[in-house]
Amino acid sequence: MNTRPRYTRLSGLEPLVITPETLFVNIGERTNVTGSAKFKKLIKEDRYDEAVEVARQQVESGAQILDVNMDEGLLDSEAAMVKFLRLIAAEPDIARIPVMVDSSKWSVIEAGLKCLQGKGVVNSISLKEGEEKFLDEARKVLRYGAATVVMAFDEQGQADSVERRLEICERSYKLLTEKIGFPPEDIIFDSNIFPIATGIEEHANNAVDFIEAAKALKKRFPHSHLSGGVSNVSFSFRGNNRVREAIHCVFLYHAIKAGMDMGIVNAGQLAIYDDLDPELRERVEDVVLNRRPDATERLMEIAERHKGGSQEKDDSNRLAWRELPVAKRMEHALVHGIDQFVVEDTEEVRKTVTRTLDVIEGPLMDGMNVVGDLFGAGKMFLPQVVKSARVMKKAVAYLLPFMEEEKKLSGDTQKSNGKIVMATVKGDVHDIGKNIVGVVLACNNFEVIDLGVMVPAQKILDTAITEHADMIGVSGLITPSLEEMANVAKEMKRRDFHIPLLIGGATTSRAHTAIKIEPNYETACVWVKDASRAVGVAQSLVSKELVNGFLAKVRSEYAEVRERHRNRGPAKRLISLKAARANGANFDWKNYTPPVPNKPGITVIDDIPIPELLKVADWTPFFQAWELHGHYPAILSDPVVGPQATELFDDAQKILKQIIDEKWLRAKAVIGFWPVSRIGDDLELTLPSPDHVLSPLPSGEGKIVLHHLRQQADKPVERPNLCLADFIAPKETGVQDWIGGFAVTAGLGIEEHLERFRKDNDDYSAIILKALADRMAEALAEWTHREVRTKYWGFAPDENLGNEDLIAEKWRGIRPAPGYPACPDHTEKATLFRLLDATNNANIELTEGFSMYPAAAVSGWYFSHPDSQYFVVGKLTKDQIEDYAERKGWTLAEAERWLSANLDYDPD
Amino acid sequence: MNQNLPYLRPDRVEKLEAALAERILVLDGAMGTMLQRHELDEAGYRGERFAHGCDAGHAHEHAGENADAGGCERDLKGDNDLLSLTHPEIIHDIHAAYLDAGADFVETNTFNSTSISQADYALQHLVPELNRNGARLARAACDEVERKTPDRPRFAIGVLGPTSRTASLSPDVNNPGFRNVDFDELESAYADATRGLIEGGVDIVMVETIFDTLNAKAALSGIARVFDERGGRLPVMISGTITDRSGRTLSGQTAEAFWYSVAHARPLSVGLNCALGAKDLRQHIEALARVADCAVSAHPNAGLPNALGGYDETPEEMAKTLGEFARDGLLNIVGGCCGTTPEHIAAIAEAVRNVAPRELAAAARAA
Repeated sequence: MNTRPRYTRLSGLEPLVITPETLFVNIGERTNVTGSAKFKKLIKEDRYDEAVEVARQQVESGAQILDVNMDEGLLDSEAAMVKFLRLIAAEPDIARIPVMVDSSKWSVIEAGLKCLQGKGVVNSISLKEGEEKFLDEARKVLRYGAATVVMAFDEQGQADSVERRLEICERSYKLLTEKIGFPPEDIIFDSNIFPIATGIEEHANNAVDFIEAAKALKKRFPHSHLSGGVSNVSFSFRGNNRVREAIHCVFLYHAIKAGMDMGIVNAGQLAIYDDLDPELRERVEDVVLNRRPDATERLMEIAERHKGGSQEKDDSNRLAWRELPVAKRMEHALVHGIDQFVVEDTEEVRKTVTRTLDVIEGPLMDGMNVVGDLFGAGKMFLPQVVKSARVMKKAVAYLLPFMEEEKKLSGDTQKSNGKIVMATVKGDVHDIGKNIVGVVLACNNFEVIDLGVMVPAQKILDTAITEHADMIGVSGLITPSLEEMANVAKEMKRRDFHIPLLIGGATTSRAHTAIKIEPNYETACVWVKDASRAVGVAQSLVSKELVNGFLAKVRSEYAEVRERHRNRGPAKRLISLKAARANGANFDWKNYTPPVPNKPGITVIDDIPIPELLKVADWTPFFQAWELHGHYPAILSDPVVGPQATELFDDAQKILKQIIDEKWLRAKAVIGFWPVSRIGDDLELTLPSPDHVLSPLPSGEGKIVLHHLRQQADKPVERPNLCLADFIAPKETGVQDWIGGFAVTAGLGIEEHLERFRKDNDDYSAIILKALADRMAEALAEWTHREVRTKYWGFAPDENLGNEDLIAEKWRGIRPAPGYPACPDHTEKATLFRLLDATNNANIELTEGFSMYPAAAVSGWYFSHPDSQYFVVGKLTKDQIEDYAERKGWTLAEAERWLSANLDYDPD
Repeated sequence: MNQNLPYLRPDRVEKLEAALAERILVLDGAMGTMLQRHELDEAGYRGERFAHGCDAGHAHEHAGENADAGGCERDLKGDNDLLSLTHPEIIHDIHAAYLDAGADFVETNTFNSTSISQADYALQHLVPELNRNGARLARAACDEVERKTPDRPRFAIGVLGPTSRTASLSPDVNNPGFRNVDFDELESAYADATRGLIEGGVDIVMVETIFDTLNAKAALSGIARVFDERGGRLPVMISGTITDRSGRTLSGQTAEAFWYSVAHARPLSVGLNCALGAKDLRQHIEALARVADCAVSAHPNAGLPNALGGYDETPEEMAKTLGEFARDGLLNIVGGCCGTTPEHIAAIAEAVRNVAPRELAAAARAA
């Protein structure tokens, strides 16, 4: 029988299954007009774009369900609910989680339910107005397909004692399950969280009563859930956020232990139980648990001292941890997600170790282990762990160049110990452990292909095949992932794989792997206890395979690598152009039809509205430009740079408003598509009609040839030596292929405003304006590329990516720019500009040195092949430079000048 | 669906459940592909009833802008569902061909028989008739075959298609909050269609080719409303569409999220059809087979469309892949969608003939 366990199964675009192992489900509370003054203001002022951003911020900070409430006297609540839910439905990164439709009016709830394609949650129904209304609403909840919160409220009023809570919940449960067959797992009790420490004696036991009731309810209704609005409990400490957060934290710590498994919380702002000031924690605990009659007075005594905004903003204590030894400081930074000092701390440790890798394997891993322990013990929540990972990533990013340098010295660049395809399995989003393993393996010379999170078995295995992986590593945190891992193993057997499968993640175990996974795939399944073991395991697995054939050869290569590593051997080796060409990327052109552009030739897009561009803008580099490091929008609430970042961002928004309202800047783009075929490493364009007439070409032949360069690093056969030309069908195949080009600017009109600021000695605004124009130009390049993919070229008409995806470049096709790593020859920009007539069509001029003016401009090529990718051409040998000079009609000296940064030799 | 309601046709449901427990049941294949073979022109579609422009069977007033109501002005070619009225013999023969090929189920020719879809032809007034006649034709074809093989019951499935509109997506890229249809309109359109299907005698209703789950939820709510009106219900089948290799529905859901969104209807089966060929559908069918506590169905296209919009997968190829699904315990119901023919269905029926069906959960049978 495959009767499914009675888990609560909700959905947005993606499923949310709540199992007994789910510690605690965070319900984001900020999209609630009754709870957030800011959100209320946005809705009342019809600023829905910004209201949608509040929802996005909740999801980003770890909300697993989004509570939406529009109950406000002056609003048309039904209309506001519908409008907001429809808007967030269009944002895949928000709509992926289920919605909790929250209203005291049934009509608003019903209007909301009619907008949800997924299975959401109603908040709430109750016996307040009698059984008939209660059951009638519950029937509708069933018909619309939702779970529901049931308030402990009946005809007599709200339950405020343990007994009343049990009585009402029990009656509600019986009615729902027995009268209308409501599934127990879709019932969520809210048994009323009331304030404590109010000074009124009857309130002193409020938290204890809730906790006691929670214990009894969980026992009696094991399939149902217990939730509540957590901020109520600290109501009497309004204005003292630090004490409020401490009360929430202590209350949740005990309530969760008692069985509370969901809560409406500000997902981004949960404190850590173990981190509370011990004195504060003890006195809060006295109040929460009603341990002594003077508990409230004693908390009041110290409350003033602990005032001062939220915990992390308390200056007096904030930097005390900087006095600790460096390893402890790194641990603190990881546990608290503070990235402000991580680079200097990392550098301090780096100077004391012989190998840079020791910094990662030492204090950084130790710190992440503490994070893992706290998370496992329920003392840290997911959003905090995500912040920790960010700190880790930042430290590693700082160390990478040093490790590259060490590799260079040791001469083992580009030699891979083996290729591993890694993924967090389908249904699971937890990737911190996997990312750490990925980093550690990569640091150890493994090539890691990280497919990210929620990856279906088919994709993992397909990638392993196309990438010729040496092993596969799967990871996951939640228990259903165990089943999915077994499924991956089964699929590997079915598809006749012969490479090892590595299993990792917090819920995995040696026993589980042995019993449940290995029998599905006898070839090799290995459990990897933690990141520190991954290297040893991976290395021995690679070695095991080396006994025969090709792998034996690889082993000798590795032995050589290790030998060379010990000896700090000679510099890295490049292969000849001929050999590199022989190892170029080969695609199956016979079975591939390149997409034909919907609109060949040249198209000019003028006056693109700046607000359109804002939607795809990546703000993080804006802050980087000011040496404020951190990701937008988190940077705005960053404990350290947050205030500065926010101030800067506010100032920028003011200028941005002027840019838009007073039309300071004009955004213009020109794009074009031409038939093309590949001849060697060159691309030959044909111009199909007189519409595509160009300004005269210097060669005078009317034939346009684009020149490209090929990687010459010594790579294993499965990793081709790439050249952009590889992504275009060779002429001899007869396959009709296309290439595109673009030049865009958002800087038209900027000069007069810069000049005005300069005259006012207002460098600050001038720099903001420039930085904004740069952001808009980058956003315009992104926006145009999307227009190209979905419309003008049209090979991805259904593409629907959120801004995060755009920044993460999760689409088909690339847009490499001449002068950048994949095509480092800046002079090719001249051909691009002539093809597009960019100076006339987009008002962008090309300087003698091939830079663009206005500076806020981007230009490049479009490649559409699904496997096209960005890469770095890197160092080149003289044979390629000579070959290239000949193709370009240059002297060798000219070629050496334009490509000086890529030369692997000293020119004569 | 209100599980407390009795079945409208309990004898049929009993036979259906017995058959499902025993073997993998076979759905029919494409209707459109078979109709194409008849190469009907405008006159062909219109038949006698619409030959003179207007609907000879529909007394209507010509008033102002609404002058083309009743199919006067517009081309009716392409309104396949209309053929249930103008060429019932063609529809009947297609049903019969699929039953001969081994199908246990035939799907009514009512994919577009909702007021929303018929509005494209200004034929909304035909909705009750299209559904009733569509249902009668399917049921009649089943009855004929059942008379020959009384030990093997055949079932007429009343099809409710997706309509051409989406309740959770904006058709206007510049206005993401805009909708050209809402839940209530869809619910009422689906309820009207369901009434006709039940009157015409279908054994089952199926909401299929779901690319927007909110449309499907409106359909399920409309069906529930009609069941409440009648004081009785029919088994419900649900089949979604994974639009492309992204593995999501058009409205963005994964297969698992899709199931959780419609599971409240307590359907007889959930599955996927259309859009992808069998091979690409596998992982999504697996996902459903893992989480669904009801029967699982698959009726894919005959491969992905080729450059000319046709379908190339042969009966043998398709049967081989679907046979694998069956042997791996993924299926209770199998058939074909676009591009499939009686030859495909015969091959598929043969491939799953002696394969045990996916084990059904107790919960599903109790429903």
